[in-house]
Amino acid sequence: MSGLRILVPIKRVIDYAVKPRVNKAQTGVELAGVKHSMNPFDELSVEEAVRLRERKAGPAGVEDICVISAGPAKAQETLRTAMAMGADRAVHVETAEDAPALEPLSVAKLLKRAAEDHKSNLVILGKQSIDDDSAQTGPMLAALLGWPQATQASKVEVGSDGSVSVTCEVDGGVETVRARLPMVVTTDLRLNEPRYASLPNIMKAKKKPLEKKALADYGVSAESRLKVVKVTEPPPRQGGGKVEDVGGLVAKLKELGAL
Amino acid sequence: MLSVARRAVLGQARGALARPAFTTSPCSLQRLLSSLAVLEQRDGKLNAGSLSAVTAAKKLGGSIHAIVAGASARGAAEEAAKVEGLEKVLVVESSAYEKGLPENYAPLLVENIKKGGYTHVFAGHTAFGKSVMPRVAALIDSQQISDITAIESEDTFVRPIYAGNAIATVQSTDPVKVITIRGTAFSSADSAPSSGSATVEDGADPKADSLSEWVSEDLAKSDRPDLATAGRVVSGGRGLKSKQDFDKIMLPLADALGAAVGASRAAVDSGYADNSLQVGQTGKVVAPQLYMAVGISGAIQHLAGMKDSKVIAAINKDPEAPIFQVADVGLVGDLFDKVPELTEKLKESS
Repeated sequence: MSGLRILVPIKRVIDYAVKPRVNKAQTGVELAGVKHSMNPFDELSVEEAVRLRERKAGPAGVEDICVISAGPAKAQETLRTAMAMGADRAVHVETAEDAPALEPLSVAKLLKRAAEDHKSNLVILGKQSIDDDSAQTGPMLAALLGWPQATQASKVEVGSDGSVSVTCEVDGGVETVRARLPMVVTTDLRLNEPRYASLPNIMKAKKKPLEKKALADYGVSAESRLKVVKVTEPPPRQGGGKVEDVGGLVAKLKELGAL
Repeated sequence: MLSVARRAVLGQARGALARPAFTTSPCSLQRLLSSLAVLEQRDGKLNAGSLSAVTAAKKLGGSIHAIVAGASARGAAEEAAKVEGLEKVLVVESSAYEKGLPENYAPLLVENIKKGGYTHVFAGHTAFGKSVMPRVAALIDSQQISDITAIESEDTFVRPIYAGNAIATVQSTDPVKVITIRGTAFSSADSAPSSGSATVEDGADPKADSLSEWVSEDLAKSDRPDLATAGRVVSGGRGLKSKQDFDKIMLPLADALGAAVGASRAAVDSGYADNSLQVGQTGKVVAPQLYMAVGISGAIQHLAGMKDSKVIAAINKDPEAPIFQVADVGLVGDLFDKVPELTEKLKESS
């Protein structure tokens, strides 16, 4: 059996520390001039792929780590970041600057073709992107490929015989599942601690190959099945002020009917 | 408004079926709504929280069937059959489905969705729902709608995005809508087993091979109420300083209130509390009657998981902590003094 050929899909999203604002037209969230970065769960995916290489996991170590992102031109910055963390190469599927983000099902269809093209045998995705919060792409991709899946991974072990044991975070604790390559894994917060790209690695990443593709190359259209009717701000919650002491706290809670 | 009109028409259509004298033509509707609610079970016991899927289907209208599968799922099916509003419960008894492995559970659902001709499929946005439903959606080429908090009409749904900082209303063009629901928005209380009398029938079993195997599980044992459905939640953060202090301070408070215990990411990452207790965008979303945040600053990722709570109380030594902006009642002070005092007061008054 050949080595691991890992495909890591990544997404450029509004930075997690930024509080998003709904635009005036109520069609979406204001994206212009807002700090973007790699979806935090995708950083975990890149990190895990690089760690699998470092511990020579799998039947014959890691042969290839390819990162892929669909999005406007700036998605390339995110791909360079992933390469600076240790990915070998990148594929950028360019979409129009003002186009709405692709839906998970479209991304899954795109990734199916990409996984086939690149002869991937392990796809590591984040469990969800922090913008749309859908948590769908990984299982959808596994379904389209007919591969096994493990979601919300907090531990991944690839044996030398091509078996993969994954500890998954579930409601109430963890469970461990086992399958054979090829496989789809989605990452959860506790999987690892992503590294910072060092300056020399950032410089090196500029020379790594970045292939440009179009949606049509994957037979995918930008069309949406879910039409966004409107996007609004959630009803604001007003703080109710402070109390002086524990007695006041209990009294206020009683007044509010919470005790 | 659309939804009200549509439901009225539907109501009439259903009435017309029962009483032919009322001549509203059902043909004016594209087709009648029929929902499949996917229920979760464990060892033949119904997971009551998963009945939220039935609550959601009820809000939509139309006929509602449920499906439950597992090694000895019949017990869970009988339990579900008592739920008001359910017409039929499909049961598939096979050890292959006991652990809900998506590789064979998804084909099981697809087979039954096709056979039943359902227009809507509902499941909870739980670990199970998140892993199985997108697999189902892709197999039937439908763009799933995740974690909905409201139903506007048969094709229009409301869901929070950006950690709850924006609320999107989306309209689906897919013939079969695959939907996961936020349990706290569709309380299962009003669909708790009562006097219903649904028929229990064997569902189709495609006997798909599982590509994966279940190895083991390690679930946190607790006698306290379940975090996701508790009426009261006390949550601890980084301010607790250590696991010993977390247990010493938070557990007696939880017991005095009869509350479930939650935690912020900082507390979980520092090992003060188990992962499964994390409240927030990436952990659990809760909306209890009372949420008490202790030593939690209130980052947006945490607020995403609790800001729909009825009453929020916060104890923090930093008067500028963002948590005070959403708390209905705040107390500035050292939690190591204030919480034990509060626990004592609560014990006295109970």
